[in-house]
Amino acid sequence: MSRRPRASGYFRTDYGEDLTLLPTRLERLAVLGVLVALLALPLLASPFLIDLAAQVFLAVIGALALMLLTGYAGQVSLGHAGLLAAGAFTVGILFKEFKAPFLVTLPAAAAVGALLGVVFGLPSLRVRGLYLAVSTLALNFLVAYLGGEYEARRGFSTGIVVDPPSFAGKAVTDAKAWYLILLAAAVATLLLCANLLRARSGRAWAAIRANETVAQTLGIGVASYKLLAFVISSALTAVAGALFAYYRGFVSVEAFSLFLSIQYVAMIIIGGMGSLAGAILGALFVTLFPYAIEAGLGALVGATAYAGLRFAVNAAAFGAVMILFLVLEPQGLIGLWRRLQTYFLLWPFRHRPVGGARR
Amino acid sequence: MQLAVNIVVLTAIYALIACGYVLIYRVSRVLNLAHGELLMLSAYLLLWTASLFAGHAVAAIAAALGLSVAVGAMVYLFLLRKLTGEMALAAVLTTVALGVLLRGVTVIVWSAQQQYPAVPLGLANWAFALPGGARISLWAALLVATTLAVYASLFAFLRLGRWGMRMRAAGQNPLLAAQRGINLHAIYALAWSLSTLTGALAGVLIALDSGLGQTMAIIGLKAFPAALVGGLDSLAGALLGSLIIASAEVFLIHYVDPLLSEVIPFLVLIVVLTLRPWGLLGTREELDRV
Repeated sequence: MSRRPRASGYFRTDYGEDLTLLPTRLERLAVLGVLVALLALPLLASPFLIDLAAQVFLAVIGALALMLLTGYAGQVSLGHAGLLAAGAFTVGILFKEFKAPFLVTLPAAAAVGALLGVVFGLPSLRVRGLYLAVSTLALNFLVAYLGGEYEARRGFSTGIVVDPPSFAGKAVTDAKAWYLILLAAAVATLLLCANLLRARSGRAWAAIRANETVAQTLGIGVASYKLLAFVISSALTAVAGALFAYYRGFVSVEAFSLFLSIQYVAMIIIGGMGSLAGAILGALFVTLFPYAIEAGLGALVGATAYAGLRFAVNAAAFGAVMILFLVLEPQGLIGLWRRLQTYFLLWPFRHRPVGGARR
Repeated sequence: MQLAVNIVVLTAIYALIACGYVLIYRVSRVLNLAHGELLMLSAYLLLWTASLFAGHAVAAIAAALGLSVAVGAMVYLFLLRKLTGEMALAAVLTTVALGVLLRGVTVIVWSAQQQYPAVPLGLANWAFALPGGARISLWAALLVATTLAVYASLFAFLRLGRWGMRMRAAGQNPLLAAQRGINLHAIYALAWSLSTLTGALAGVLIALDSGLGQTMAIIGLKAFPAALVGGLDSLAGALLGSLIIASAEVFLIHYVDPLLSEVIPFLVLIVVLTLRPWGLLGTREELDRV
């Protein structure tokens, strides 16, 4: 992980310190505070808020996985919804056909995701950039077709109902329990991603993203690391899809449209490319955005007249916000935050000293 | 025989849409994923002009096409121009976002119901019997004719016209073109408006033939594999790609499974991408654009 120097006088003196996840006491305290707040939230919040938080955690897992692939390894993917659908349908099909329990379906979903990751990572060895984005776009349609075919053939034309998972004979239906499960899953994903990124794999991905030829020259197995990025990202996404299936208790192709893929791409753009915190912020923003729009519409006069148009208004506003970020702030929310930081670090000056001076 | 007619009509639809992708990509190396939504917008604009010029079909269609050209130029001037110098991916994602925005806006303004602009214009849709027992509707026949005309004039324009030559120059090497005094922004804006014009022709004719709704954007997206299979920078390739995709789609729907309709273009696309990523007739370029 590349760390930017700080203004505080904290200088790292060995590589171990450079790799530490949370080097300063303030950061450790901040993370601890956030964790405590997140754990305390279900005690205070309303059921609606808890559901919202659970949705955010699910989105965070997916966004982190996509950030790993696109933001760090530089492989563009427009087929994220297809992978989520693959995970969800693995759960749905295994549950319907074999009554498989939670502990079987979740690894199975990860395995299916990893397999799809290999299949759709293979073109990445040959094509790059735009063409890769297009081939992942195909993934979306393919999985949606297979899922729809299964629904139609087996007579679940409206969708597959999945029972809640059970631990030690007890079904998990409580919203608070779900909140904790999804929180744990999101934190685990975050840790996994952070650790992958500060290890050899993260450095290899950064090199591949910067320049493939140079990466190859440095002795990095470009093909295998690219595939690794695809496999890990796809497996994580499929697990997110599986958790989504259990959380909603229902699987249907309609939930995994192309729009969902676009939303995930929007998350990492709005959050800020190349930053795990950005993925989390983006997931938070994109998940809460429709609710904010809805609240805003409700506050308008004659709210009932717009009721039927809610989805359309959402889509329009979402597209507009995405365009605004792309045009005005390509670094996303994390870019805004960094700019704010720089502003205060340099205050009362506006610019960094030119040349020579330590940056 | 009916199958052959279906293939020809579907090829014409895909080809007319695909040349919009090709035009923009060839000139500015930007992939316009909002093309489907833009052509849907043109069809909705026809619905609006139809209510303005009730009874004057030609005036309404001409007005809709004119508005579409303006929309295309504005998309470049107000959006894509701002992204000059950013990664190509940012431009592509901007068009994706524009597509989402347009879908929302069209539903807000015109509702999501299937609508028929041919009705207020007082245009009927006849079906002609062709030799061999096949039938073709008036608008489908017009669509085939339009596609041929559009391709012929595009070829002539790019090969012979002064502006066409400038467009080719800008596509080949923007830096040199700019140094020779070619106004790149004007060229790009022209490419965008030509592309939306061809898209609008497709959108208007499809809407007159079978009505319009939100599914129209999907047709636009399905024409994209046709452009890519043929080679994203080759007009002849777009024609060939459309023929391949359309025949595969018609045959498989007829003999295997109608549900396949949305997947086939993308299946063909994956095969081509793994075997020959630059398309059948495209120039082999460094595929390193993002």
